[in-house]
Amino acid sequence: MSDQNVPSSVAGTGAGGWTGVVRRRAVRAFPPDRLLPDEQPSWVASWIYVFGVLTLSALCVVLATGGVLALKGPAWWHISSTGRYVNSLHLWSVELFMAFMVVHLWGKFFMAAWRGRRAMTWITGAVAFLASVGTAFTGYLVQQNFDSQWIAGQAKDGLNSVGIGGYFNVLDFGQMLMWHIVLLPLALGLLTVWHILLVRRRGVVPPIPLDAGSADEGDPS
Amino acid sequence: MSAPPISPGLAAPVNLNHTGHYLHWGVVQISVANLAVVGIMVLVFLLALVLPFPRGRGRDE
Repeated sequence: MSDQNVPSSVAGTGAGGWTGVVRRRAVRAFPPDRLLPDEQPSWVASWIYVFGVLTLSALCVVLATGGVLALKGPAWWHISSTGRYVNSLHLWSVELFMAFMVVHLWGKFFMAAWRGRRAMTWITGAVAFLASVGTAFTGYLVQQNFDSQWIAGQAKDGLNSVGIGGYFNVLDFGQMLMWHIVLLPLALGLLTVWHILLVRRRGVVPPIPLDAGSADEGDPS
Repeated sequence: MSAPPISPGLAAPVNLNHTGHYLHWGVVQISVANLAVVGIMVLVFLLALVLPFPRGRGRDE
């Protein structure tokens, strides 16, 4: 049932069941021109604002190459030249992903990007960064070489020393593979979608005003 | 299993096939490779702040 068929007297109430309530809230929070804008404020015309989308682009390559590796399996990525090429693409796209994300983090930190009701945008980005560190770490653990054995041995002592070693076993290859290809990518994916929706909802943070009396923080809502 | 031969054009510009070099400052220890990556990231960050951004077509400012 479309919104045109809902009498104005009941629109905004519980009419239409839970799907209607969710739809009205979603449209209110994310009107189409805010969800998919075709222009940005003038201050966005700076290279420092490019690193968010660079991070996202690198993440797409990470997920795509990781999907191919999962489909083909370790015998392929260890032995065949094509497999090793895709394995390298997976590694280097992660390197770029982390580097772009850190530059993005520096930029947002120095422009105090949590201003204008953007605290949750900042928090989801910071937690996504931590999830990325965990995903990259478990990736190192499942290389199936001496490097991964060394890292797992060192990490086991470190994690035990801070009291969280009982929750997972970094020496367990199967468990770490599942963390790397299921749990952590799922968490990182959800955090990324949440982060981007919040950026759309609150808009890109404006520069810190030179005039201390100016309080415009660019919150569109 | 040995790696297949790589043509000279595709070989890494820096030979990485040896033990890494490390720098030490008290308790701080970092490989030269990682320090180089951090330095490049700082450089990219500074360039992103100062380099002019190209204006898109149809934008008058």
